[in-house]
Amino acid sequence: MLDIKRMPIPALIGIVLTALFVLAAFFAPWIAPHGNGEIVGDVWEPMSATHWLGTDNLGRDLLSRMIYGARITLFIAVLATALSFSLGAILGFSAAVFGGWYDTLLSRLVDLLMSIPTLIMGLVVLSVLPTNLVTLILVMGVLDSTRVYRLSRAVAVDINIMDYVEAAKLRGEGEGWIIFREILPNALSPLISELGLRFIYAVLFLSTLSFLGLGVQPPDADWGGMVKENKDGIVFGIAAALIPAAAIALLAISVNLVADWVLNRTTSLKGGRG
Amino acid sequence: MADTKTKPVQPKQGLLLDIRNLRIEATVYPPGGEAPKTITLVHDVSLTLEKGKVLGLIGESGAGKSTIGLSSMGYGRGGVRITGGEVIFNGRDILKGGKEGFRKLRGREVCYVAQSAAAAFNPAHRLMDQVVEATLLHGTATRAEAEKRAVALFKKLSLPNPETIGERFPHQVSGGQLQRVMTAMALCSEPDLIVFDEPTTALDVTTQIDVLAAIKDAIRDTHVAALYITHDLAVVAQVSDEIMVLRHGRLVEWGGTRQIIKEPRQEYTNALVSVHEIEHQEQKPSATPFLSVKNVTAAYGGGHVKVLKNVSVDIYPGQTLAVVGESGSGKSTLARAITGLLPPEQGSVVFDGRTLGNRLSDRPKEDLRQLQMIYQMADVAMNPRQTVGTIIGRPLEFYFGMNGRERDRRVTELLDEIEMGKGFIDRYPAELSGGQKQRVCIARSLAAKPKLIICDEVTSALDPLVANGILKLLLNLQQVEKVAYLFITHDLATVKSIADSIAVMYRGEVVRYGLKSKVLAPPFDAYTDLLLSSVPQMEIGWLEKAIRGRRMASAGN
Repeated sequence: MLDIKRMPIPALIGIVLTALFVLAAFFAPWIAPHGNGEIVGDVWEPMSATHWLGTDNLGRDLLSRMIYGARITLFIAVLATALSFSLGAILGFSAAVFGGWYDTLLSRLVDLLMSIPTLIMGLVVLSVLPTNLVTLILVMGVLDSTRVYRLSRAVAVDINIMDYVEAAKLRGEGEGWIIFREILPNALSPLISELGLRFIYAVLFLSTLSFLGLGVQPPDADWGGMVKENKDGIVFGIAAALIPAAAIALLAISVNLVADWVLNRTTSLKGGRG
Repeated sequence: MADTKTKPVQPKQGLLLDIRNLRIEATVYPPGGEAPKTITLVHDVSLTLEKGKVLGLIGESGAGKSTIGLSSMGYGRGGVRITGGEVIFNGRDILKGGKEGFRKLRGREVCYVAQSAAAAFNPAHRLMDQVVEATLLHGTATRAEAEKRAVALFKKLSLPNPETIGERFPHQVSGGQLQRVMTAMALCSEPDLIVFDEPTTALDVTTQIDVLAAIKDAIRDTHVAALYITHDLAVVAQVSDEIMVLRHGRLVEWGGTRQIIKEPRQEYTNALVSVHEIEHQEQKPSATPFLSVKNVTAAYGGGHVKVLKNVSVDIYPGQTLAVVGESGSGKSTLARAITGLLPPEQGSVVFDGRTLGNRLSDRPKEDLRQLQMIYQMADVAMNPRQTVGTIIGRPLEFYFGMNGRERDRRVTELLDEIEMGKGFIDRYPAELSGGQKQRVCIARSLAAKPKLIICDEVTSALDPLVANGILKLLLNLQQVEKVAYLFITHDLATVKSIADSIAVMYRGEVVRYGLKSKVLAPPFDAYTDLLLSSVPQMEIGWLEKAIRGRRMASAGN
């Protein structure tokens, strides 16, 4: 089914880059030349044969920290996005199918959550709760699921009035079949395009939280946290802060290239057979 | 009758449009990165049209009739390209004129009337502004002149309140009126040619006849030439001087209207002309109906809009009840009340001697199985993400617990019954033609082995020949499976070929009900008479006769 030769070039680039990021994250302890918190040289050494990307503000090997950072960044962002999508999509679809007070209650609750700026909400909640990975993922996932809820409800309301859904209801199908077999496959395209975006938002949100000191705690650091650690170097013409920033940008682009390609394939109503 | 033109109109003569060896192609991009393909939509078609004459272009969907019609204004819809031939209009090849040439041509010398006026008007502007827009842009008249001309045209097209109707917005007039306003818009800039693209297809028969008569009068009085595109031969026979039959982008036959409908020379034309004739022997009702609708009243909007008023009909085993009426008469609502989608306010539906639950959720699975439904739009009635095998197989799984090989075997049997082969089992709906889609929907409802299938305008969206095939299939299946049909339609020709009994509905009430032979025999009530006399007949001069009949009726005869 997957023919590499027929794949468009942007999708190939996206897949290769994303795979590189994932592999780096997965095998971090084996790939990284030095430990995550290990001080191996002077502060902000330039790029050299021993330290390919130089060292950071405490003299740690930047390449090693980037690799470990990929691990944390991807882990949290993937789990938070997965949470937000499963929660948001299932609640959104069920709101559209059940309607009535269930829909009203959920929708107003979501409106309430959305009326508070996400960052402020996140800051408040995280400053009260113990700062660890689980709460971080939960908070990010739940806050982001409000957006997914709105989208999937809107999409599902449109699909729910189609004749084929009515035909399924006339047949006597339960809500489970209607949500997962009639609506979900037809709502996949907008959801996937949203997924690419939301994943990157999760990375950026995590970076923001870390930048403000409420995200990943030192000595671990995600890429956003590493930008913060090295930001003072920019004044002295040291590029250490730009490297994690560039990594975020590269990840954003490659993930969206893949998402676009998946989108193209799922939009086909002929099972991708052409 | 008021004349729209300031100068006296002389009947024009001479050649207006000369299309030579027109070839139109489009590039299709198959999904999945395959190389784009070029397909030819129109193969070297030539035609000529004299000034003041009307040429009907007729054929099934995909025949290229709209594409040819639009080429007369040098327009290709959605990436369609004119790759060969010449379009000589008023003595010059318009394809060589470039963009500037097209701009001078369109809306000035050639105008276009679209199928769906409701979709073609901008809902945010008043009608008058849109009607005079092209005239003003081309600078052929001042605003006051153009508006005067428009009002005269409104009058000619027998629109109500011609002086003030231009003040309204598109949603404030009915569908038939909007179609006439659009004709006025096309005539306003005094073009030499109008392209009518299925102008009455979306209208009810009773409305269609008025619009048709208005268009015909307007064409006659303004001496404009026209290309009239439709798939309905009976309609085109009323308005055109010549008819051109097209199929798959090729010319099949071209001749005078009388010759085409009386003495067709090609087999395909003959099939089109004789398409509606299905012989169906009416069956007498058996002793007891298995489904009775008893005094059902139903409403939308919490009881404010009554759409069904005290409706009672009976359906007998293995027979067909046809429900006829124009849009808004409540015939689809009747189906919704029977299936439980719209719980009736009063009255009940009795099935096999017991009252069915009012709501869908009150009915057991077994009751749901016995009543199946086929929809008008087959392409939205099937989940585009499911294969034909899943679509037909699901009722088997759901009602009978069939699985695996047993299910596949039954699906194959059903595909055979609807005259489609086993090869379709893995296809997606997007890979089927319109007629095949409707057949799959029929198979899906048959899979449940129901006693009654509700057919909601199942042939209305199909080409006449395809629709004919579907009707024949339904009749055959009725003999084999002993299933009853509730057949909802606005097309009386369909009713004649399929029904055993008929209910005529008007504004939510059954105005005439009984055996087919009785309902279709005089004396008629006023509404049935109007309905029957509005069905276009394939004979020249029918339109005038029908209109005269109406005038007499309204004059009290």
